[in-house]
Amino acid sequence: ISSCFNIFFSSRVFQKRALATFLTSVRRNGTVSEASFETQLYKLHLLEEPPSATATCTRDEALLFYHQMQIVRRMESASSNLYKEKAIRGFCHLYSGQEAICVGIKAALRPQDSVITAYRDHGWAYVMGCSVVGIMAELTGRAQGVARGKGGSMHMYTKNFYGGNGIVGAQVPVGAGVALANKYLENGGINVALYGDGAANQGQLFEAYNMAKLMNLPSVFICENNGYGMGTSIDRAAASTNYYTRGNYVPGIWIDGMDVLSVREAIKYCVDYCTSGKGPLVLEVATYRYHGHSMSDPGTSYRTRDEIQEVRQTRDPIMLFKEHIVGADLVTADELKVRNVPLPQQE
Amino acid sequence: MKPLLQLPLLKRALKPALASPVCNILVNRHSSHFTYFPDTVPESSGETQRLNLFQSINNALDTALSTDNTAVVFGEDVGFGGVFRCTIGLQDKYGKDRVFNTPLCEQGIAGFAIGVAVAGATAIPEIQFADYIFPAFDQIVNEAAKYRYRSGNIFDCGNLTFRAPCGAVGHGALYHSQSPEAYFAHTPGLKVVIPRGPIKAKGLLLSCIRDNNPCIFLEPKVLYRSAVEMVPTKDYTMPLSSADVLVEGEDVTLLAWGTQVHVLREVAELARQQLNVSCEVIDLVTILPWDTETVFNSVKKTGRLIIAHEAPITNGFGAELAAAVQSECFLHLEAPIERVCGFDTPFPHIFEPFYLPDKWRCFSAVKKILKY
Repeated sequence: ISSCFNIFFSSRVFQKRALATFLTSVRRNGTVSEASFETQLYKLHLLEEPPSATATCTRDEALLFYHQMQIVRRMESASSNLYKEKAIRGFCHLYSGQEAICVGIKAALRPQDSVITAYRDHGWAYVMGCSVVGIMAELTGRAQGVARGKGGSMHMYTKNFYGGNGIVGAQVPVGAGVALANKYLENGGINVALYGDGAANQGQLFEAYNMAKLMNLPSVFICENNGYGMGTSIDRAAASTNYYTRGNYVPGIWIDGMDVLSVREAIKYCVDYCTSGKGPLVLEVATYRYHGHSMSDPGTSYRTRDEIQEVRQTRDPIMLFKEHIVGADLVTADELKVRNVPLPQQE
Repeated sequence: MKPLLQLPLLKRALKPALASPVCNILVNRHSSHFTYFPDTVPESSGETQRLNLFQSINNALDTALSTDNTAVVFGEDVGFGGVFRCTIGLQDKYGKDRVFNTPLCEQGIAGFAIGVAVAGATAIPEIQFADYIFPAFDQIVNEAAKYRYRSGNIFDCGNLTFRAPCGAVGHGALYHSQSPEAYFAHTPGLKVVIPRGPIKAKGLLLSCIRDNNPCIFLEPKVLYRSAVEMVPTKDYTMPLSSADVLVEGEDVTLLAWGTQVHVLREVAELARQQLNVSCEVIDLVTILPWDTETVFNSVKKTGRLIIAHEAPITNGFGAELAAAVQSECFLHLEAPIERVCGFDTPFPHIFEPFYLPDKWRCFSAVKKILKY
């Protein structure tokens, strides 16, 4: 069995996913090689066609996505503990609860696409290709860190990943600029610029939307709406909390960010849309963060513990994905235990 | 599930670093780079209470809100008390129409504040960290600072005081440690003030709020909890543009503001003990307009000047001071003016202890200037 795993975990197979045989034969442990799922409902703004209502997931993809989400979750938990031990200093903004977004988006991106985000970037650094050791070393200020220890938590970078940015909202016009460079260099790449619900009220975002629409840039602006801008709930900060419509004349999509396959399908749609020259899109991905805004924030003074528990128990992205893939017999519950799954090759 | 740190690979990677002496220093790095020297007030100041910096600022804001019924306090998260507790209890006491949160938009906050001030109410906006003030830079520099001049005094935003925490805090890194006073000092029309402790802070903040010019009040965040003094409970102000000579001396003038004043006081002590040299320590207090008379008089007396600030050396405010002093006191100078400042890099994450102008770098400058 494990030799089969190793074959399927080679990166070549992932890139040539389309060529994988659509075997429906049942394996010795009772799993199938592919399954289809319904995606969550999308809400549209100035668009007629929604992203695909179904998502196909192969066994390898299921194992990869699950593994990636688990790594991000555990890395954030470890960071939390290291911060409390003062091995990590400075600021540390954790991504737990939002894993489906970075994993789902990256799954739909191609090598020429780029990503830029704000300071809640550890999960993004991982999926964009930084090693866990590199990330932990950066957090603890070591020279082996991805930014040589000089940036810390908020400043992680790698190829096609422009960080890691400390000033709220400042990354969005920069992302639009990267999209312009892609268009100018004719490399077919799109840029995904992520920001939070707090940043959605920054003026420079609207400047970026305008420029992207005016110049028809391959830009996807994505609001990771986790309900709170630090300690301020969205209703107390925004006159309109329909962040996917805030681009006004820029079409938008609302996505359930707790379902990794829905996220992936939406981004596939965006890649098609942008690369066919239709211009930018503004997405809102509804999600939740379990930790506080940063390690200095307990996260319970502006929301109840019950609320956090409720999300953990009913909408946790890893749990939901596990239920899907085990329920569809793509994998068995045993396989998902960490010690049975060998580390895949980093792409 | 194994904790991540037990994974063999990670352990191997971090183990040599964890054992090194440098790492021990880093692990123990919660001690600050300065020793706090509290101020005292004379008996005639009346009743006092023990307050730290954020409490004294809170007290000043409370006083401002109670004595001026047009005063409003707003900014990100000020409602529940603010991330540094400076506005704690104010919303409960004065209501949501006078103490309220704004969304996350510094340029909007600044423009909004200017509008409030121009229309005649007293605006006291808070920028959550001085590092975030830059989206508001245009509003402050182009709108607030020039309002009176360009309208021929028909309008002005004298009722405006921005508050922002500034300076190194031990772990702030690039975007929670900056000292932007030099950028604003370059703008005629503004006043820039930095307190060194609770007693000064209360008086200076009330002065800024009541001063008829737009003011920027930068609060050294590392002092919020660590600076504790017996602060007078009454309503009092302290003069702006008036530097304080904290220690009188004959041989070298040491000049700084904010947290750095405390570093220099320790350096003055070291100089006295180890070099038998008496240093005059001056807190500039107001960066713009600065107290030229006190500084020039001191330099004419000692003949040697050392300026220290956390902000990067090139074009930091020390540059302006040095230029003005050499112009006015040239023949009195026994040695070139020394500036001990942050280096010309972004404020570092892990290298902070090496970046700051700590007492050893300043002491070294004292020795150098004496030997010239």
